[in-house]
Amino acid sequence: MDLGNLESLKFFYPEIVLSGTILLLILFDLFIRNKRWLGLMAFLGCILSLVTTFQLYGMSPGWLFHHMIILDNFSLFFKVVSLLAALLVVWMSLGCREIREIHQGEYYTILLTSALGMFFMASSSNLLMAYLSLELVSITSYILTGFLPHNRRSTEAALKYLIYGGVASGTMIYGMSWIFGMTGSLDYARISEALFQGQTNHLALFMAFIFILAGFGYKIVFVPFHMWSPDVYQGAPTPITAFLSVGSNAAGTAILMRFFFPAVSRLGEGGDWLFISGVEWPHFLLMVSMVTMTLGNLCALNQQNLKRLLAYSGIAHAGYILMGLVVLNNDGLKAMLFYIVVYLIMNLGAFLVVVIVANETGKEEIGDYRGLAWRGAAIPAVCMAIFLFSLTGLPPLAGFVGKFFLFAAVIKQGFYLLAVVGIINSVISLYYYAGVVKTMFLDFPEPTDPQVTMTANTSALLGVLSTLTVLFGIYWGPLVHSLH
Amino acid sequence: MTDNVLSWMTFFPVAGMVVVLLLPHDRHSLIRWVSALATLPPLLLAIWLYANFDRTSSGLQFVEKAPWIPTYNIQYFIGVDGISISMVLLTALLSFLCIFASWGIDKGVKGYFALFLLLDTGMMGVFVALDFFLFYIFWEVMLLPMYFLIGIWGGPRREYAAIKFFLYTLFGSVLMLLAILALYFASEPHTFDMTQLIAQSGKYGTSALAMWPFDRWGWGFQHVVWMALFIGFAIKIPAFPFHTWLPDAHVEAPTAISVILAGVLLKMGTYGILRINYPMLPAATADLAYYFLGALGTWNIIYGALCAMAQKDLKKLVAYSSVSHMGYVMLGMASFTPQGINGAVLQMFNHGTITGMLFLLVGVIYDRAHHRDIDGFGGLAAIMPVYTGVTAVAFFASMGLPGLSGFISEVLVLLGAWQKYVILSILGASGVILIAGYLLWTIQRVYLGPVNEKYKSLPEINGRELFTLVPLGIIVIILGVYPHAILDLLRSSLDQLNQIVIPHLS
Repeated sequence: MDLGNLESLKFFYPEIVLSGTILLLILFDLFIRNKRWLGLMAFLGCILSLVTTFQLYGMSPGWLFHHMIILDNFSLFFKVVSLLAALLVVWMSLGCREIREIHQGEYYTILLTSALGMFFMASSSNLLMAYLSLELVSITSYILTGFLPHNRRSTEAALKYLIYGGVASGTMIYGMSWIFGMTGSLDYARISEALFQGQTNHLALFMAFIFILAGFGYKIVFVPFHMWSPDVYQGAPTPITAFLSVGSNAAGTAILMRFFFPAVSRLGEGGDWLFISGVEWPHFLLMVSMVTMTLGNLCALNQQNLKRLLAYSGIAHAGYILMGLVVLNNDGLKAMLFYIVVYLIMNLGAFLVVVIVANETGKEEIGDYRGLAWRGAAIPAVCMAIFLFSLTGLPPLAGFVGKFFLFAAVIKQGFYLLAVVGIINSVISLYYYAGVVKTMFLDFPEPTDPQVTMTANTSALLGVLSTLTVLFGIYWGPLVHSLH
Repeated sequence: MTDNVLSWMTFFPVAGMVVVLLLPHDRHSLIRWVSALATLPPLLLAIWLYANFDRTSSGLQFVEKAPWIPTYNIQYFIGVDGISISMVLLTALLSFLCIFASWGIDKGVKGYFALFLLLDTGMMGVFVALDFFLFYIFWEVMLLPMYFLIGIWGGPRREYAAIKFFLYTLFGSVLMLLAILALYFASEPHTFDMTQLIAQSGKYGTSALAMWPFDRWGWGFQHVVWMALFIGFAIKIPAFPFHTWLPDAHVEAPTAISVILAGVLLKMGTYGILRINYPMLPAATADLAYYFLGALGTWNIIYGALCAMAQKDLKKLVAYSSVSHMGYVMLGMASFTPQGINGAVLQMFNHGTITGMLFLLVGVIYDRAHHRDIDGFGGLAAIMPVYTGVTAVAFFASMGLPGLSGFISEVLVLLGAWQKYVILSILGASGVILIAGYLLWTIQRVYLGPVNEKYKSLPEINGRELFTLVPLGIIVIILGVYPHAILDLLRSSLDQLNQIVIPHLS
């Protein structure tokens, strides 16, 4: 299936619905007084788009818009992930005081635009398309990060993000130009053909890939392209931090895998990927993965600000997810996809608790969580403990199952060193996650610490996320099945 | 109910936990009674299990099997045999008694009992699980409640003790996870079923791996996996040098939790070695455990006893005495003789009851005097005669006095060990002298001598406390006279286990 422009529209409903919602949001923002309706509209738009995405599931794979966009279950999976992230973040924003005080029309418009960009990141089959989609996501992210007016941290974070992003994407497009020079094409399928038959210079190829990885790595947040994340996580409005932590990571992983799979490798026998010879991918990725998780975890140990701590933990998790890529086969791929889903759930959950506490106290330092469980917020505290222990990877929570699959894929291929580094990192991460839990449960509050209460809206979302975290830890069969 | 008696025993406490969570948090006594009711059925079922256990069979009994995650061949597979039956009985008994030992908890009562019941399920699950994955889940499920129970309801340094316990055990268990995965992929078809993994034990390679440093040590796949599992279990035992979490955790934990920790959790280490390392990796066991495990056990005996002797805190003394007593278990296991291995498992059971008593007794005095300084008492025998009488039984049992249960198991262990390691047995036997030394010295300082005026009006031990102590005391005395009550349960399975390893001993 290789369709032209007009025929492609039939298979483009999710994007069309989302774009329609975005346009309507801009329009309605002019007339509606009660801006809460805009959030609900965005929410409905996401649901509608989600429904249309599910309708496309299981179709035979094909190209849309003259080989620009690829439509297969892989891209649909990431569309679902992006939509779920957007959906949950819109829900979270509805219950967030920080967001209620700013221009909500623009906020939801840009948020959905960013999700739309992630759609294209997951489905582009052309370097140019990949670049454009990445930029769409980046630019919207810069704006969202700086969305809090008169907030120095927010502005600083946005600026920092912009500068880093500019450098990274500049490097990336430079690398793409090398690829174009060597293969004469921007289309993944043609690049692959040219690379597999041609006598390409390996060093040049390697350099080009490194340049491209700078762009992707900056989205996935792996070392050494991680510098922006702690500041951005801390400065951005919390729902946006949550969105970036899961959405940006997932979309970056998608674009990376997309690039790796059709462009520079082929599916070999037994689900292994065959690579262009001459470049030691597994070892290169292995190093990146190990350094990323270790650095993330070590830096997280001493953090005082919870959002910053979660930023470093996000870096560590990017390292874990990369473990699945190191093995370069379908087991690893499945493990990564599974991990991305559970990471989405548990990480959003953790940020939701940050929102709940910040709504009442306006603070995000770990010290402000002192005795949270004894301050009328036993339920958020227990849920936070569930999310954090799930991030650590303790059974019977979803995070354990995710790690279990990753380790299984790694051990099956005999990467024992990586597995050992991975588990040592899990133990290190327990220390800081448990530190937060300790503050919430083991410390007792001062009389001056404010009480924390939840609204019906946030408690419903909290219930959904924590139930899923436990459920996928005990019975995850159906979720795995849907990944096949 | 008798069809899936083990499932009932495992999950009844969790059902109780749900009920406790639904109760209003200020109805303290209601919560306590509900918790007691939640741990009673497992105890009754344990008695039923004891009566109906087929003592002649070496195989698994009361087996339940159902697919759980079929894609990965993960099953819900539980059952008991001679290796686990005594631990199941011990867990059911101690959990029930510890609810009563926790009666005095008055801070966050609801959370305490809910976590306690979750812990109960985790412990029971570890001993009955026969699917490796399930085993791991239960193993980890225990960690969280334990962390909170020590961390919230513990003593002054509770936070430090809780996180130390948590980090140590997690490190051990993730190593175990890697070993589990390695075994899973080594088996064909891939499985977590322990019985199948044991049946395929010949397949796991023993020739040296071409990987530094294993090539230099001549270690094969089996040896590496064995060591990963062993470290995981050794942390739990706790074997030297992984024991340092234990004194901290014990001292800071509330009384009932110390009892559970010493009575049940420590046994999981040695149980895991017997259940998993021995039959699944027999060749590596023969290579690595022979002498090494015995020497480690002997070192534990002596080192633990010497540390105990130096303690000023009564609870820390009991904690180190656990290190010492678990050394006998390791020494007995490492002998690969029927007496040694039976003695080791009997010692696991006996240590659970005796140390349980000791911690309860320390709790009794701490509740009254609010300190545990050994030198701060004196002449308690005159003030609290009943209490002192019960203490004497526990101390003498711990010391290995003939007629009490500790004597039988230690003698069996030494009898077994003598056949293989003469020097270690001599050293281990002389450990008994050290143990007698610190215990007698403690009795002299705390219970005998002139009455300390400060504590003249200490109330005598009360009915509830006696209720938790007397059943254990009776078991200690019965097993001292008639050890076959437990030994009969163990023998056939353990002998069979021994037969798996012995051919590999060169």
